Amino acid sequence: MSSKKKKKLSPAQQQYQAFAKAREPKRPAVTNTIKAFFVGGTICLIGQTLQWFFIEYFNFTETTAGNPTVAVLIIVSVLLTGFGVYDHIAQWAGAGTAIPVTGFANTVASSSIEHRSEGFVLGVGGNMFKLAGSVIAYGVFSAFVVALIKIIIQKLGGM
Amino acid sequence: MEKFLWAFVVGGTICAIGQVLMDVFKLTPAHTTSSLVVVGSILGGLGLYEPLIKFAGAGATVPISSFGNALVKGALMEAERSGLIGVLTGIFEVTSAGVSSAIVFGFMAALVFRPKG
Repeated sequence: MSSKKKKKLSPAQQQYQAFAKAREPKRPAVTNTIKAFFVGGTICLIGQTLQWFFIEYFNFTETTAGNPTVAVLIIVSVLLTGFGVYDHIAQWAGAGTAIPVTGFANTVASSSIEHRSEGFVLGVGGNMFKLAGSVIAYGVFSAFVVALIKIIIQKLGGM
Repeated sequence: MEKFLWAFVVGGTICAIGQVLMDVFKLTPAHTTSSLVVVGSILGGLGLYEPLIKFAGAGATVPISSFGNALVKGALMEAERSGLIGVLTGIFEVTSAGVSSAIVFGFMAALVFRPKG
């Protein structure tokens, strides 16, 4: 709860907040972080292997090999989401599966599958980016601002 | 061969940072990924993300922070070619593969699979 909201609470409510907070289950932050490190690292290692494979056998260069790598990772995670496997891994690995691009594909696939009962236009089409939309919105807006600032600095003769 | 090791270490570290944001700073996964994308775009603007990709390969391109970097990269590349309007027309140039394949395969998944539980 934000500290601004806390001020409006009566003393009894504040007491209750402290009481509830003391009984909140502690998150095992250290173990979770280690798990996230190994799972995330493994996904990136798979990505690196795919990239090496595309460079070695399909004549991609170091810069263009990123695209097929990301596409393959997305296909795999969409399939795993469809079969209901991804959720089990994600529950165990936390950010290890949420931060790589597979987590982005998982949120798109799971919200499309979940809302298919509402129809294919309003359900699937409308809800596809329900969770992933925040990533795109913040990414595009921050990229827009960063790019503008950089161009202005360059025009002024800096950098 | 070294690149594989660095991909593992750097990718793992970015995910570990994400987990710390979730556990210690109590952010939701959506807040965490959004923050990392913003950080990625700022690092991209400062020109620090490309060296990281050179160094760690997929360890830097697979985490979602590279999405922010790629958006900035596309915007700047197109701006160089066609002027200020390039910031708008080029922003999705590099990330098109990721966004389009997520849409296409996500839609296909909705056609094939049924919700579970």
